[in-house]
Amino acid sequence: MISDIVAQYTTPEASLGFGSEALPSQRGFLSGDVAHQFNSLAFDLPRTQDPVDFLHTYTDVKSAEDNLIKLAHGTTTLAFKYASGVVVATDSRATQGSVISSQSVKKVIEINPYLLGTMAGGAADCAFWERELGRRCRLYELRNKERISVAAASKLLANMVYSYKGMGLSMGTMISGWDKTGPNLFYVDNDGLRLKGDLFSVGSGATYAYGVLDSGYNHELSKADAIELGKRSIYHATHRDAYSGGSVRVFHINESGWEFISLTDVDDLHWEYTDQARAP
Amino acid sequence: MECLLGLVGKDFVITVTDTSAIRSITVLKHNEDKTRVLSPHTLISFSGEAGDTINFSEYLQKNIQLYGIRNNIELTPAAAAHFVRRELAEALRSRNAYQANLLLSGYDKKKGPSLYWIDHLAALVQRPFAAHGYCGYYCTSMFDRYYRPNMDLEEAKDLIRKCLQELHHRFIINLPRFSVKVVDKDGIREIEL
Repeated sequence: MISDIVAQYTTPEASLGFGSEALPSQRGFLSGDVAHQFNSLAFDLPRTQDPVDFLHTYTDVKSAEDNLIKLAHGTTTLAFKYASGVVVATDSRATQGSVISSQSVKKVIEINPYLLGTMAGGAADCAFWERELGRRCRLYELRNKERISVAAASKLLANMVYSYKGMGLSMGTMISGWDKTGPNLFYVDNDGLRLKGDLFSVGSGATYAYGVLDSGYNHELSKADAIELGKRSIYHATHRDAYSGGSVRVFHINESGWEFISLTDVDDLHWEYTDQARAP
Repeated sequence: MECLLGLVGKDFVITVTDTSAIRSITVLKHNEDKTRVLSPHTLISFSGEAGDTINFSEYLQKNIQLYGIRNNIELTPAAAAHFVRRELAEALRSRNAYQANLLLSGYDKKKGPSLYWIDHLAALVQRPFAAHGYCGYYCTSMFDRYYRPNMDLEEAKDLIRKCLQELHHRFIINLPRFSVKVVDKDGIREIEL
């Protein structure tokens, strides 16, 4: 029995073919193994040599008329850990090429009361996979009678997107939350890269946000100052990055889970900050 | 951009990895560990495509640990190296190859220390010293010039220090921190230079 289970793990998922019979997820339906039920997703892929190349013919077209599938892009998101928790802040603009398609996007995804994800890259990919992550985290909770750690949750996500590596997924996300070990923050992207860290910023405006964030960051910040730093970093990014804008959305995480802090139009913030005396 | 170095001494192997996690033009992290412990006396350090490297190394790690549990004996560094090469070679001939460059350093109670250089095309070579990445362009010549068989730990550390100094002096990429690990009869430990 044990060697049957072991045998299932001795082939790397990534070395399996992409044919419908070989997708790891579908084997899960057949075997009764609980671990494999975590892999209960299977997507149809274009029956071509290179699915990504096929996708690009529909997404990387210069004129909007020829572009059959439009992907929302361009973002500034940030999250950082400090003494009393985690601050998560995002802008709210979605762009499709040179068009601003929305100024009121929710780029913070509430996975469960203790876990937040952020959205950068393809909006649909982030929304879908983080919702799927939420489902798996809930299953984990029901099976194990305890909440999943942030490390494990982010690894679930990283493994999911890794199995679709090179197939055109686009997401750069930060998974943050509070678990037995305290505040936690992970960066996960569509390369399957997963990094634990104290401070991350993702998206086209990330470099601008990093500048303000790094220079104002201090682990011992008060809650009010930390929230203000997050808000200000996003504001400065929206000021310089054309693909970021709308409103700044801020969340805070402490031992009792996440809490929504504020949603502020960057125009209001702009006049607020220009009225203030410049920092010495 | 990433830097991996390895050097075999008298009764140890010393490995150096940079600790920067880079995406596009941004350094995301300054203290990333680019090594995994395969068994108590075998360490692998890796560079290459994001996602692939960690996924492959952890796959190797778990399988080699499983071997240890099943058979009640550690896989020797030589056996581990050939296992790694075969996994990499088989993946290379599938739809999804791992783009990972590896240095495997180990200590065998009978055969002593050894270092294996493995690239993403699954070439495997046992070497007294080895490098992956641009830093090899600077450091291999320095190893050629200053390396001697049977160096003791202090001599090896001096040579590594010399190499890192050269990298800081000439190499355009900013690699501010390195992690230095030693594998010897007592196992694996991180040291300060």
